[in-house]
Amino acid sequence: MTSTNSYDLSLPVKGRCFVTAGQAASKIKRTLETFNLPPKLVRCAAICAYEAEMNIVTHACRGQVGLRVTEKAIRIVAEDEGPGIQDVDLAMKEGYSTASQEIREMGFGAGMGLPNIKRCADELIIDTYPNKGTRVEIIIHLQTNGG
Amino acid sequence: MTLADVVRLLEAEVLVAPADESIKVAAGGAADLISDVLAFVAKKNTLLITGLTNPQVVTTADLLDLTGIIFVRGKKPGQDVLKMAQQRGLPLLRTHLHMYEACGILYKAGLRSSRADQDDDNDFD
Ligand SMILES: Nc1ncnc2c1ncn2[C@@H]1O[C@H](COP(=O)(O)OP(=O)(O)O)[C@@H](O)[C@H]1O
Ligand SMILES: [Mg+2]
Repeated sequence: MTSTNSYDLSLPVKGRCFVTAGQAASKIKRTLETFNLPPKLVRCAAICAYEAEMNIVTHACRGQVGLRVTEKAIRIVAEDEGPGIQDVDLAMKEGYSTASQEIREMGFGAGMGLPNIKRCADELIIDTYPNKGTRVEIIIHLQTNGG
Repeated sequence: MTLADVVRLLEAEVLVAPADESIKVAAGGAADLISDVLAFVAKKNTLLITGLTNPQVVTTADLLDLTGIIFVRGKKPGQDVLKMAQQRGLPLLRTHLHMYEACGILYKAGLRSSRADQDDDNDFD
């Protein structure tokens, strides 16, 4: 890739569908593995994509996860139509979750998704609109000099 | 430790066989929550010890490149999950032991934690 080059991918995510859940993140990981990137960053990106995808599945109606890779960064954008996040500061707290018991029994709803993303990513930007939806943008730098 | 050692130590049944029985297991982690697994696996060749048997656990293992999964308390996943693991080349085991016991036995046998720590040359990077 040159600096003018970038790679884009956009994958649909169905809300409430635990059969297809994880497919977008898997695809993103497999795609990133085809680039010559540090494995640790690919892992981070896969974790972020999976948590963001699962938040659409568990908390929203429908959405998509996009991937953009440039020379400088891996950017993952998860956008959904859904209830929005009522209190983002609260949602960022480890252990805070509004997931139902049914979702917890499947192993989700630990309230660790957004904190996990925060830990893995260099930048996390959350825009959310009540009863409309949420946009989560995750940036992982590929250059250590802050670029 | 190898997967074959895990099978022997935990009297496990092999549900999906590894391509190679001598495959290395270098670290272990136990959880029943997907986000916990995503948060703690910082080592290569990690074995996941869990009571979760749904398809998401296989997806998670695949995303994290886990070495294998062992289900505790005799839990057996459905055909769909077995098939997913086969397709992905992910070894699945199960033991009648409870999670605490399975972890204790593996830890005593020298299997270390998969979480990130000071020492190790086995971290991802
Ligand atoms: N895309 C989203 N739409 C609506 N609410 C969300 C979304 N993502 C996160 N949330 C809210 O933030 C909380 C915390 O999210 P997270 O840390 O991923 O934990 P969990 O998904 O396990 O509940 C969720 O329980 C939910 O209330
Ligand atoms: Mg979540």
